[in-house]
Amino acid sequence: MTFFRPTFRHPELPPNAAGYRRQDYEGGISTLCAGCGHDSICNAIIQACFELALPPHRVVKMSGIGCSSKSPAYFLAKSHGFNSVHGRMPSIATGANMANRDLIYLGVSGDGDTASIGMGQFMHAVRRNLDMLYIVMNNGCYGLTKGQYSATADKGSKSKKGGINELESIDLCELAIQLGAGFVARSFSGDKQQLVPLIKAGLAHKGLSFIDVISPCVTFNNNPESTKSYHWVREHSEATNTFDLVPFQQTITAEYDGDTVQEVALHDNSVIHLHKHHDAPDITDRRQAIDNLEDHKAQGVILTGVLYINPDSADTHEILHTCERPLNSLAEADLCPDGQILEAINAAHR
Amino acid sequence: MKPTNIEDPEYFHKVIDCQFACPAHTPVPEYIRLISEKQYTDAYMVNWVSNVFPGILGRVCDRPCEPACRRGRVEKEPVAICRLKRLCADNRNLGLTDRFPAIPTEKNGKKIALIGAGPASLTVARDLMPLGYTIDLYDEQAKGGGFMRSQLPSFRLPEPVLATEVNYILDMGVHTHFNHRIESMKALLAKGYDAIFVGTGAPRGRDLPDLPGREAGGQGIHIGIDWLAGVIFGHVTSVGKRVLVIGGGNTAMDCCRTARRLGGSDVKVMVRGQRSEMKASPWEIEDALGEDIPIIDNHAPVEFVIEHGHLVGMRFVRTHAVPDAAGEMRAESAGEGPVFFPCDEVLLAVGQLNAFPWIEPDAGIQFTPQGLPELDPRTLQSSLPRVFFGGDAAFGPRNIITAVAHGHQAAISIDLFCRGLSLLDRPAPKVNLAGQKMGVHDWLYHNQVAVTERQAVPVLAKAKTLKDRLLEVELGFDRQVGQAESLRCLNCDVQTVFRAELCIECDACVDVCPESCINFIDNGTEEELRTRLKAPAVHLGQSLYLAGPVASGKVMVKDENVCLHCSLCAERCPTSAWEMQKFLYLSAQAGQP
Repeated sequence: MTFFRPTFRHPELPPNAAGYRRQDYEGGISTLCAGCGHDSICNAIIQACFELALPPHRVVKMSGIGCSSKSPAYFLAKSHGFNSVHGRMPSIATGANMANRDLIYLGVSGDGDTASIGMGQFMHAVRRNLDMLYIVMNNGCYGLTKGQYSATADKGSKSKKGGINELESIDLCELAIQLGAGFVARSFSGDKQQLVPLIKAGLAHKGLSFIDVISPCVTFNNNPESTKSYHWVREHSEATNTFDLVPFQQTITAEYDGDTVQEVALHDNSVIHLHKHHDAPDITDRRQAIDNLEDHKAQGVILTGVLYINPDSADTHEILHTCERPLNSLAEADLCPDGQILEAINAAHR
Repeated sequence: MKPTNIEDPEYFHKVIDCQFACPAHTPVPEYIRLISEKQYTDAYMVNWVSNVFPGILGRVCDRPCEPACRRGRVEKEPVAICRLKRLCADNRNLGLTDRFPAIPTEKNGKKIALIGAGPASLTVARDLMPLGYTIDLYDEQAKGGGFMRSQLPSFRLPEPVLATEVNYILDMGVHTHFNHRIESMKALLAKGYDAIFVGTGAPRGRDLPDLPGREAGGQGIHIGIDWLAGVIFGHVTSVGKRVLVIGGGNTAMDCCRTARRLGGSDVKVMVRGQRSEMKASPWEIEDALGEDIPIIDNHAPVEFVIEHGHLVGMRFVRTHAVPDAAGEMRAESAGEGPVFFPCDEVLLAVGQLNAFPWIEPDAGIQFTPQGLPELDPRTLQSSLPRVFFGGDAAFGPRNIITAVAHGHQAAISIDLFCRGLSLLDRPAPKVNLAGQKMGVHDWLYHNQVAVTERQAVPVLAKAKTLKDRLLEVELGFDRQVGQAESLRCLNCDVQTVFRAELCIECDACVDVCPESCINFIDNGTEEELRTRLKAPAVHLGQSLYLAGPVASGKVMVKDENVCLHCSLCAERCPTSAWEMQKFLYLSAQAGQP
C-alpha cells in the first residue's frame, strides 16, 4: 500500500474546457493491491470526467461494499459520495436521483455487490431505467475474502489454487439488455483507449448506462488459466467496434477509412460515431445485440465495446411523470397549494 | 524509435541533469543525500574527489548545475546545490586529511612542470601526486590559488578558506616555486620535464584604449581585474565617492561591490546591452542591487570627460537591442544625443584576454588567429606533444569548475603520455547500479517529494559588511536549514529501470505517476512519439526512455523531463517490472584503468 503521492503534476498539462485541471478530478491514494484493475478504472473515470469537463461538484458517486466499492475514495474527491450497505447502492442512488434529478449519478459496484448480494437491487434499478452510469468492476472473485469465485466467474475458469469453477456464470450485460437498459457496454481495465470513451458516452446517455469492466484481481485471480486475468482477456477479447463520442458542443472532424459508420444521437445531442465492419450487427437492435454476445461466447471470445444502445429510452422521471424541478427544491408552498388550486382541480372534474 | 540502451552509462548520466551539466560531473545527488543524512565529511569527500575545491566552489562557483536542476522545472527554483556544497565544507571534520590518497615516497621518476598555481594546475597536481609524479609548480604570486586569490574579493571568498584547500594539495609534496615568473617557454623546455602543463589563465583585462579621454583620465581609470588584485593585496585602499563600473559580467559585480566597501557611496554599473543579456550570474546581480548599486543598461560608453586634467565623468549613448543577421540581439545606438554621468573613478570590466608573451613563436606551439593555443579539445594536448593547456589558458575565460574539469583531463593525458600510451584510449567512468528497495514502500532514499521553496541563505547586515571588505557577506546554511534544503533534491540519480518481459500491462504505473511521464503506446519515430504522449514532451534535450515491446506489442515510453524519481511506479508495480536503482557515475581520473 502506498501512503504518499507527491502533489506535483506535469506543469505543461492544459486545463479542460471548463478550466479545471486533471487533478481536480483525482481522489485519495489507492489502498488497493498494486496492479489492481480497479485503479485503472478509477483513472479512466477521472480521465473521462476531465475530458467531458464535468463540474466535479455536480457528480454523485455511489457504491456498496467490496474492493470496487471503496474505490470512489480514489477519484473525484470534490464530488458528492455515498458508500451504502452491501448491494444496496441502487436503492440509495434511486432515492438521491429522486431528490435531485439535476446531478450526475455514477454508481460503482463489484461483481459480488451486484451479481450476488445486490442482484435484485441491480435488476430493478435497470428496470426503472434510473438515470445513472452503473459501472461494475468485474474480477470474477471475492477479493476481500481471499478470492472465492463470484457469480460472474466463467464456468471452467481455474483459480490460482487450481480449483475449477463448476457453476454457470451470470452475464450482467445480457441481463441489462434484457431488462431495458438503454446503454450497455463491456470493457477491460487494461484498455483505457476503449474504456474512457465508453464512460464518456455512458455519462452522456440518459437513463441507465451499464458498463461491465473486466478488472483482473492481481492477488487472487490473475493466473493464466483464469478467464479474468490480464493475459486471458488480452488474448481472447474482440471489440465490437471502435467509436468516438462527439459531445454536443463540438463538430465532427474525424474521418475513418474502410469501415462503415453508424451514428447514434443521444438525448443531450451528443453523437456516438461507431466504426465497424459492414456486416457487424446493428447495436440499436436488442435481439441482434444479445445474439452477438452469445455468438462470441460460444467461440470463447469476450466481446467488448458498445453492445447495445437505445437512444430513445425513457428514464425513471419520464416514466413516473415527475416534475421538472428537483424534488428537494420543492418547499411547503409548492407541495401544499392553497384552497383555490383545490377548487380549480375539483372544478375540472365536475 | 529503438529501445533505449541503458547499458550505455551516458544515458542515465544525462538523466542526472545537475551532474551532467557540471563540467567536472560531480555526483551532486549523491553528496546532497549524504548531507541530508548529516554525513558532512563524506559529502565533502565526494566533492573533493570530483571538484577538488568544495569550500571555494561552495561560495563562488558559476553553478551550471542549478539552471539544469530538475526541481527548477517542477517548481519555481532549483535546489541550492552550491550552498549545500558549502554546508558540507563548513561542517566537515577537519581531520579528514587522513582520507586523502597516500603519496608514494618512491617516485615514478617522471617530472612535471605546472605553470600558474590556479585551479587547473592544482587539479593536475592533486591527480598526479598520488601516482608518484614529481611536480614543480611555478607562479608569479607569493601564494597558490591563481585568480581565485587575486581577483575574488574576500567578502565572497575568505582567504583562509582558499588557503586551506590550496594547501591540501601543496602539502602532498608539490615543489612550489612562488614569486617565480616563467619568462621563456624555451628555457623551460630545456629543463627536461617529461610534461608541462600551462594553466596561466586569461590574465589581461580588456581596456577601452580608443575612447577619447582614456589617456588623459589615466589616474582615475582602472582595469577591473588589476584593480581587484590591488585591493586584495593591499595596494588599493580607497576609491572615489562616485564610481562607474563598465561591463556586465561577474567581474563587474565584484568591482562594484568592492568599490562600495572602499568608500564608493554612489556606485553604478553601466551595461552596453540589455539587463537580460548580461553575462553576470543572476544571483550576483541581485547581490549588487541589494547593496544599492543601480545597474543602468542600454548605455554604451563613448567618452571619458576630462576637466582641468581630471576625470569628471563619462558620456554614454543610449542603445537598443537590434537582432543581427544570426538572430542574436546586438546593442545599437538609439540615435539620441550622449548622456553624461559624473564620476570620480571608472573601473573597466569589459572582458579578459589570454596572453602568452613568454611562449616564443618558435617554441613549437601553434596558436590560433585568436591567440589561443591549438589544442585537441579532448586531450588538451598542444602541437608540442609534451605541453598541455587547461583552464582559461586553453579556450579563453570560463570559470573555476571548468578549469578543474580541464585539470582532470590534462592529468589523464599527462599520465597516459608519460606511460607511452595513446591519449585517445582514455579510462572509462566508474559506474554502479544499486537497487533501492528495502521492503514494501520502504526505500533507501527519501522519496517523499513535497513542494518546498528554496531556503534563503542568511547574510550579515549590510551596514556591517559595507564597512569591512574582509567580512564574508553570506553566512551559509546552518545544519537545520541545510537539511531542509537537501531534502528538496529529487534524487535524479535513483533511476527508473523498466524490464518489459515482466510487465503485465496493468497500467498501475501510468495511473499513479504524478507527472504523467509513463506511456504504453504503439512505437513510432521519436519526433512522432513526442506528439502522442500523455503530457506534452516538448523539451527535446530531455530523453525519451523507450523499452519493450511488452506482450501486447506496445512499447513503454517515459519522458524523463519532469520525473520526480518518487518511486511510485515501482511501488505500484505488481511484478517489479519497474525498479529504482541508484546510478553512481564517477568520472574517470588519472591512473584509473
